Amino acid sequence: MSVQLELGRVGEVVPREDGIPKVTGQFAYSSDLQAAGMLWGHTLRSPHSHARIVAIEISEAVTMPGVHAVLTHEDVPGEKLYGLEFQDQPVLAFERVRYFGEPVALVAAEHPEQARRAAERIRVAYEPLEPIVDAERATESESLHPERPTMGHGYRDDPRPNVVRSLVIRHGDPDAKGDVSVSGVYEVGIQDQAFLGPESGLAVPDGEGGVDVYVATQWLHVDRDQVAPCLGLQPEQVRIHLAGVGGAFGGREDLSMQVHGAMLALHTNRPVKVVYDRQESFVGHIHRHPAKIWAEHRATRDGKLVNVRVRILLDGGAYASSSTAVTSNAASFACGPYAVDNALIESLCVYTNNPPCGAMRGFGAVQVCFAHEAQMDKLAAELDIDPIELRLLNALGPGGSLPTGQRVTGALPVAEVIRRAAALPLPEPEELPRDPLRVPGGSGNTTRGEGVKRGVGFAVGFKNIGYSEGFDDYTAARVRLAADGNAEVHCAAAEVGQGVANVILQVARTELGTDDVTLAPHTTATVDSAGSASASRMTWMASGAVRDACRAALEERERNGGGEVDIERIYRHPRTSPLDPETGQTTGERSHVAYACAAMRVVAEVDVELGLTRVVWIGTAQDVGKAVNPQAVTGQIEGGTAQGLGLALMEEIQTRDGLITNASFTDYLIPTTLDMPPVVSELVEEAEPDAPYGAKGVGEPPTVVSTAAVVAALRAATGRDLARVPVRPDEIVGL
Amino acid sequence: MRIELRVNGEPCEADVWAGESLLYVLRERLGYPGSKNACEQGECGSCSVLYDGKLVCSCLVLAAQADGHQVVTVEGLGEDGRLHRVQEAFVAAGAVQCGFCTPGLVVAAVDLLAHNASPNDDEIREALSGNLCRCTGYAKIFDAVRLAAGT
Repeated sequence: MSVQLELGRVGEVVPREDGIPKVTGQFAYSSDLQAAGMLWGHTLRSPHSHARIVAIEISEAVTMPGVHAVLTHEDVPGEKLYGLEFQDQPVLAFERVRYFGEPVALVAAEHPEQARRAAERIRVAYEPLEPIVDAERATESESLHPERPTMGHGYRDDPRPNVVRSLVIRHGDPDAKGDVSVSGVYEVGIQDQAFLGPESGLAVPDGEGGVDVYVATQWLHVDRDQVAPCLGLQPEQVRIHLAGVGGAFGGREDLSMQVHGAMLALHTNRPVKVVYDRQESFVGHIHRHPAKIWAEHRATRDGKLVNVRVRILLDGGAYASSSTAVTSNAASFACGPYAVDNALIESLCVYTNNPPCGAMRGFGAVQVCFAHEAQMDKLAAELDIDPIELRLLNALGPGGSLPTGQRVTGALPVAEVIRRAAALPLPEPEELPRDPLRVPGGSGNTTRGEGVKRGVGFAVGFKNIGYSEGFDDYTAARVRLAADGNAEVHCAAAEVGQGVANVILQVARTELGTDDVTLAPHTTATVDSAGSASASRMTWMASGAVRDACRAALEERERNGGGEVDIERIYRHPRTSPLDPETGQTTGERSHVAYACAAMRVVAEVDVELGLTRVVWIGTAQDVGKAVNPQAVTGQIEGGTAQGLGLALMEEIQTRDGLITNASFTDYLIPTTLDMPPVVSELVEEAEPDAPYGAKGVGEPPTVVSTAAVVAALRAATGRDLARVPVRPDEIVGL
Repeated sequence: MRIELRVNGEPCEADVWAGESLLYVLRERLGYPGSKNACEQGECGSCSVLYDGKLVCSCLVLAAQADGHQVVTVEGLGEDGRLHRVQEAFVAAGAVQCGFCTPGLVVAAVDLLAHNASPNDDEIREALSGNLCRCTGYAKIFDAVRLAAGT
């Protein structure tokens, strides 16, 4: 056997271009970087979830061995606040801290341990304040951000304190009655991205007042646009370069060490590396919003949905991050991929002193999918209709409308993914006794199978592709053709592990008709923005930009009769429109560009006496448009499914009075090889008319649907409601 | 303190602070950054190395303990410039995404196949259960181990 590094085109299985460096340990992640004269940065963080800062005393810390700098908010050279949607988050806390782990001061020293020890000698006098930790009471509490800037378009006027965003969608007749009604209240705990490579980066002063930051991130240019004002620099004085990224899943959309490292580097005039440890990573980035969802579904006797009424409460934590878009997404997808003529959806996100929440794979759709799929099963039971038939009966498709009034114009094969997933053959029940590894409880050897029950669950979900609500969403690519025909592609699309580097190369080879293509480093220095590696958008957007730049380069060369060409093109997906602030209805043709859906079937075994579970098998069918690299697509489906299984069964950031109590891989569990069953993936390729090559993003739908599908299997096995994830053993047992 | 050890067959020496882990010394003092630091408490397996031929988390070995010992990291698995068959299989099977867990998983899979040339799925499952991967859901890692084993 040997690895064939085939230089594949669009639609072919292509091994990762960074595969060999990654398996040999040669690939340079952000935490692997070194520079001559490098110092180590460390961040002192708040031990309180809410406190007034009375004084910060650094005099002892600066005298500690090896220390070159100790910085506080007074040393922030420019803007003291930053943020993705609102500038509401301090670079370093001043006056008060609003969450556990909020950065308060920075140290640069010659050894990382010296930096940690010096940080312990910074004396911060806090006056603890009562933390707001109950999202349901946040709008009756003191405002955490009394001076927050005015909200932009699409925002309903809501004068209550601590509202990040409130959105109401009124669709059809929100009072319409059905023959039957089912209700439920659902809760989702705080999930963490738990990428394996903790936040890290290297900041290098350029000697002329500017700085180069090499960092693991998801959107280089938006980092630059936040970092430069905080440093008091022009954008071109700050160059952000993508260092090797150890996973992202939304957790690297917000800044981590970028401003801090740059401040220390500019202050000391030395390169400074900042590497978070696992505990710091857990408190140092945003999480998936915990949610409480009240849902009522009204339907006719024969199963047609008449009216869906949903109230969604999201805890945004201390700062906004991308909460407003999550609020909107949760509302848009609250009914699931079903045709619903009447709906009333209220989605509210509040500030609290809990850990800040923002983007995580699935982005608002995960929480509501858990609720709407539980509701669909309840409705099926109430009507005594097969749950899969009920879903087919109500399946949304082209020509149908979302509750926002937007008509589905592209590909959305909801019925097809349901049929394909439902048709996958289930594994036969396994005989007992068997190896303990294959019963719930595993090698803990807790049962011989006496209390083990099997259940089969089904779920379907969907989500938007790309940025929505009028956001100017674009990607640039630059192509340089040398006289000898060799091509170099520049695109700042962040390769975070998902495989977009391969997509770029496959598209360039396809368009240019040559294998002689290289991908230049991802940086703000040589090319315009690619937008974020988020929202399942990067394959679509990078494909469009690279395709257009390649075609323009070939035309230019043709016109010139040969020679060198250097050309940059910007690709935009079809324009979207804001939602009406009062009705939540789209103000144009569409507020989302496109959608992708997935259906999933899960077989689980549950020890109903001990509350232990074993997921036996997962089969899924996913709407992918066109699989640019089928191996990478199934890899995304398997990995995304694992994250949803984690939320269903084990993953939750635990807090007490806003303090995170399980910031480690000992206490925050993610699925291991022992937890993941085989995943059978069916790719449904129905080309998206607006997308280059018809390709949709594929990263999020499996995560959206898998939490709901796994819990459906547990419900089938136990007969219990299981209205909260992660499902706890005592809920399975009924304690 | 000064320690001497062999890394991937090469004699190395380093001046270390008493609290440093073998992982830190490999990465920051000896120029072997292949082993990754993802939890520093022995939960994730990203720093897995062979220590006198045994699979260990190098974050849990004090550098001082390693004086006089032999360490093989992911950088030392190939021979004569060729990839180890486990490394080849990881690339071919699509078992690598972000790749941060990959060095540890490759070392753990090499160790598994050294002790069990044709493991069944349960044996693979158990042997790799100390290595966390957040990207792949493990399916293609299983494929890679089967491919390397020729099973």
